[in-house]
Amino acid sequence: MVLSIILKKLKSSFTDLLPIIAVITFFQILVLRQPLPQMAEVLFGGLLVVAGLTLFIQGLEMGLFPIGEAMAHALARKGSLFWLLLFAFTLGFSTTVAEPALIAVAAEAAKIAGQGGLIDQSQSALNQYAFGLRMSVAFSVGLAILIGVMRIILGWPVHYLIIGGYVVVMLMTFIAPKEIIGIAYDAGGVTTSTITVPLVAALGVGLASTIRGRNPLVDGFGLIAFASLLPMIFVMGYGLIIFG
Amino acid sequence: MEFIYDLSMTLLSTCRDVLPIVVLIIVFQLLVLRKPFTHPRRLVLGGIYVVIGLALFLAGLEKALFPLGKIMATQLSDPAFIHATQKAVTQLDWKDYGWVYLFAAMIGFATTIAEPSLIAVAYKASMVSAGTISQWGLRITVAVGVSFGISLGVFRIITGTPLHIYILIGYMIVTVQTIFAPKSIIALAYDSGGVTTSTVTVPLVATLGLGLAATVPGRNPALDGFGLIAFASLFPIITVMGYAQFMQWSTQRKKPTEKSNAL
Repeated sequence: MVLSIILKKLKSSFTDLLPIIAVITFFQILVLRQPLPQMAEVLFGGLLVVAGLTLFIQGLEMGLFPIGEAMAHALARKGSLFWLLLFAFTLGFSTTVAEPALIAVAAEAAKIAGQGGLIDQSQSALNQYAFGLRMSVAFSVGLAILIGVMRIILGWPVHYLIIGGYVVVMLMTFIAPKEIIGIAYDAGGVTTSTITVPLVAALGVGLASTIRGRNPLVDGFGLIAFASLLPMIFVMGYGLIIFG
Repeated sequence: MEFIYDLSMTLLSTCRDVLPIVVLIIVFQLLVLRKPFTHPRRLVLGGIYVVIGLALFLAGLEKALFPLGKIMATQLSDPAFIHATQKAVTQLDWKDYGWVYLFAAMIGFATTIAEPSLIAVAYKASMVSAGTISQWGLRITVAVGVSFGISLGVFRIITGTPLHIYILIGYMIVTVQTIFAPKSIIALAYDSGGVTTSTVTVPLVATLGLGLAATVPGRNPALDGFGLIAFASLFPIITVMGYAQFMQWSTQRKKPTEKSNAL
């Protein structure tokens, strides 16, 4: 009984990975015409991926979703806007500031700015620039979750804020230094990690289903969208301030 | 032995990702809320599953898929491979990169289907909408958007056209679609842009972008290698709203009185 449930879950994880296996096999054999290197390693890795994905999804249902919603319910029932907003900001800031993808992008951005002669080439100047960039992205994600939670409470329509954000992004694109635009645009995508996303989604949906007059589908989503948009604005803003 | 080391490093870094969340929840629980959760053991067990599951998932990707995918991205953008399909080596045209576009589209689609964040959001959306938004419907629609976005991003790198023009046009399409799309789908569509690019998609796509910018003549990796992730975040918004609009339109045509639901 238990075994058949586990097998069913493993099978569904395998289905999730099937497209990648198909694409890689297709290109390796038909286009590049090379045998797959290290077959055994690849197979073993594939098994780990299937097992890991199955366990992750099980953990989502048991742990991450319930805890996100429980926090949302408890904070909403407490009725203190201050604590709710502080929770939202800290969640965004603390999960982003140490994100490895962000650290890598910030270091890369510092290198480019150094080569472009925008900042001093010395190591301490590069580090300082990368640190500032990381802080501004983490701050912007915290602020984004905070604004998103405010929006759910007040019932603002999500599209006014997002389209307003698009207009700001475009205006800043025209005045920001060229070297920072590509990184700014990509920064939006790297900020939300795999553990943060389910938690933030559960927080939004939990809040929207607790607060009277909000619809979980219409109002509960949108937090991740803010967390992808605001870093773009902040990274360009950082570039503008640093490079004058 | 080396693998055990890799796995424990991945596990450690996953733990470090979770640490701020754990601290935040405990602090709020003890100092602000002061009320115990129901089923605390189940929550903790679920948290442990998430950490171990994600660590295994990442270690497996690192071992199996990333090396292969990265080699492929490099090989396909290699001038030697592209020249081999034609006799005379003259100026390379954007049309000579046929396989690269196909690879970009297919790998974008495939990695998006396997993206754990998207699985999580699709699961939640299906639960909240009581099943009217199907998990696979949403995931496939988002994957088609990523697939198109990355191919277009590759075209941009090869032609060297400015990034912001594409993004500007994309934003305009999103804005117009927002006016006409069913209200219930808008927030979810915006969110689906942000979740597509995390653990699986970013490493492969970044390699492809930087590899292309390094091999295509006249491109500077620093300036042209970026931007693929931005494309992969923008186009799913368009396809998700587009699909919802299409469903609304086709339902309305069949039953003009009944209110339709998206996806």
